[in-house]
Amino acid sequence: MRATEITKTYANHKALDRVTLEVPEKSIFGLLGPNGAGKTTLIRIINMITRPDTGEVFIDGHPLTREDIGNIGYMPEERGIYKKMKVGEQAIYLARLKGLSRADAMKKLKFWFDRLEIGSWWNRKVEELSKGMQQKVQFIVTILHEPKLLIFDEPFSGFDPINVNILKDEIRYLNEQGATIIFSTHNMASVEEICDHITLIDNSRNVLSGEIHAIKDQFKTHTFNLTYKSEKKLSELLNETQYRITKQQKLRENYSADIQLLNGSTTNNLLTKLLPEVEVIAMQEILPSLNDIFIEVVNKNSYSHE
Amino acid sequence: MNKILLIIQREYLTRVRKKSFIVMTLVGPLLMAAMILLPVYLSEVASGKMSKVAVLDETGWFFEKFKDQDKIEFYYVQGDLATEKSKALVQGDLLLYVPLPELNIPVNAELFASSQPGLNVRAYIKSVMKNIVETKRLMAKGIDPEVIKETKTKINLVTIKVDETGEEQKSNTEVEIGMAYLAGFMIYFFIFMFGAQVMKGVAEEKSNRIVEVIISSVRPFQLMMGKIIGVALVGLTQFMLWVILTFVFIGVFQSGIMGGDFGTVVQSQQEQMATASGGASGMDAAAFSQVGEVLGGINFKVMIFSFLFYFLGGYLLYSSLFAAIGSAVDQEADTQQFMLPVSLPLIFAVVSSSVVIQQPDSAFSIWLSMIPFTSPIIMMMRIPFGVPYWQIGMSFGLLVLGFVFTTWFAAKIYRVGILMYGKKVSYGELWKWLRYRE
Repeated sequence: MRATEITKTYANHKALDRVTLEVPEKSIFGLLGPNGAGKTTLIRIINMITRPDTGEVFIDGHPLTREDIGNIGYMPEERGIYKKMKVGEQAIYLARLKGLSRADAMKKLKFWFDRLEIGSWWNRKVEELSKGMQQKVQFIVTILHEPKLLIFDEPFSGFDPINVNILKDEIRYLNEQGATIIFSTHNMASVEEICDHITLIDNSRNVLSGEIHAIKDQFKTHTFNLTYKSEKKLSELLNETQYRITKQQKLRENYSADIQLLNGSTTNNLLTKLLPEVEVIAMQEILPSLNDIFIEVVNKNSYSHE
Repeated sequence: MNKILLIIQREYLTRVRKKSFIVMTLVGPLLMAAMILLPVYLSEVASGKMSKVAVLDETGWFFEKFKDQDKIEFYYVQGDLATEKSKALVQGDLLLYVPLPELNIPVNAELFASSQPGLNVRAYIKSVMKNIVETKRLMAKGIDPEVIKETKTKINLVTIKVDETGEEQKSNTEVEIGMAYLAGFMIYFFIFMFGAQVMKGVAEEKSNRIVEVIISSVRPFQLMMGKIIGVALVGLTQFMLWVILTFVFIGVFQSGIMGGDFGTVVQSQQEQMATASGGASGMDAAAFSQVGEVLGGINFKVMIFSFLFYFLGGYLLYSSLFAAIGSAVDQEADTQQFMLPVSLPLIFAVVSSSVVIQQPDSAFSIWLSMIPFTSPIIMMMRIPFGVPYWQIGMSFGLLVLGFVFTTWFAAKIYRVGILMYGKKVSYGELWKWLRYRE
């Protein structure tokens, strides 16, 4: 799926400003950004719920049509189900609207209700369920017709950590079955380990886009965490122009220090320096979390605005 | 097409299974049955007791003049008021005391009773006394009461309605007025009640965001029509159940609870009512058959068929507009500003109803019964008085055109509105939506 140069203006503000992004087939794609950045607007455009002022959305290389929408499963941020209806009845109804036969719908629902262990909710009204429970129902309804593209808007907002993990596993499972998945969220940590591609939207613009490891590489600071034993102070051993100690603390028996490599020095250089004096217990690279990248980019972005 | 059926099915089933629907369906006919039966029952209870009346008449005018009635017996006593009173009351009887008047004409009397005497007792005593006193007074003035009786005239005005084929039919305005009001108000009530249900449903789907999920598999028009048709079926179901249950309840009350002779009481009550309303004070049975004749004069086939047609047509016309309102607002509370212009024609029709019923064939009435926005109510009010078929046909046709137009109009607003959030909607905005292209 590809969206090119999407612009959408509401009465007094630009919700999207020439946003271009590409979602590779069968990827798990994270659409990230702070609240109000335009994520939901973009998703609504992909679903043909709203029309863009300019720009176009392509699927499998051709412009998006109504028929394609049938192959999209969309789970809105919250709600999206009838409160007064019983869970089972509602699931069958929505599945049949999506074109499944009654028998088919029953079979698939049974599978998914068992899988998520919510079979006992079948005859309960939706309004009796908690927000997280409702979202589970909504999740099943969204994926039931096995769409090729799944779009989740803030899928984890109502869940406890256990259910977040269950849901993540299911999403990975669906991805393995061949579905392309788009997440939209402002909660970076929740999608960090599951996404393989991300796009960061801030202030209606696409500010960062790409494969997640590439982005992490791009933003890494060459900082390593070192656990060691030593009588001497590290600052006495290391040359300040080449190594900067950003953090240091005493653990129970050992010391820990974050060391940033400057001016082209390598880990091997560092070790060569340290080994004669210090007992190295562990060393590992500190990669920036998506959260750090997000904050860095957003801050830089807002400075450049001023 | 299949999907519209699914939507209709859901709308219908979820509504019919609601507690409020079941309660309404049961309570409506109970109220109707109670309204018909209660007056009969009450008068039955009141007049059911046998009353014995002792008459202590100091004037002697009324001796042997009170005759035993169905539920009243009279006997005559003489003596002192205090002793006769206690004697009668101890036996559970009443005492009618007519004292000797100062001016020689007995116009005052006292009725002593241990419990409140029935209306029938009081009414009978009054009418007998009035008759006797009047007769005596006439004689005192030298007028023979027989002469007065002979000069009394009763005018029996029977309206004969002549239809196109020249066939004559006795008609009776009072019965027709009743039918006209009933039909008109029922249509009004149904349009508002079920139109509001459509509006609420649409607004709920919008604020629930369920539309965003469904819209990928269903076109907005299908969603709107599915809801409108589903609710229409709910309305028809409710109406049918009301009619059937009302009859069932009346039947059950008549045969079971009140015993066998109740039916005849109801009938005689109906006869009395018919007599009163028909204005014919002659024989009950004759008047009753006259009402029957009048009811026969109203063409019930046309009446029922038109009722269903106008109910559906009027409902379709208005509910699509209500659906458009529901789609345009973010919250149900915001519907007010758009409700007024939409319901204005309906309210106007109801306000004009008395004028229309007085002159069902005036130009004003005919025009209102042609304009689709008022015709469902106004034409239903005219039909009991007889309306030429061509007028009904034309009104039908215009109504169909009307709802095709409003549905088209509403669909245009609906498809934009249902997916639009966070915008304060004005009439200018709606105008813009109308001109959007798909």
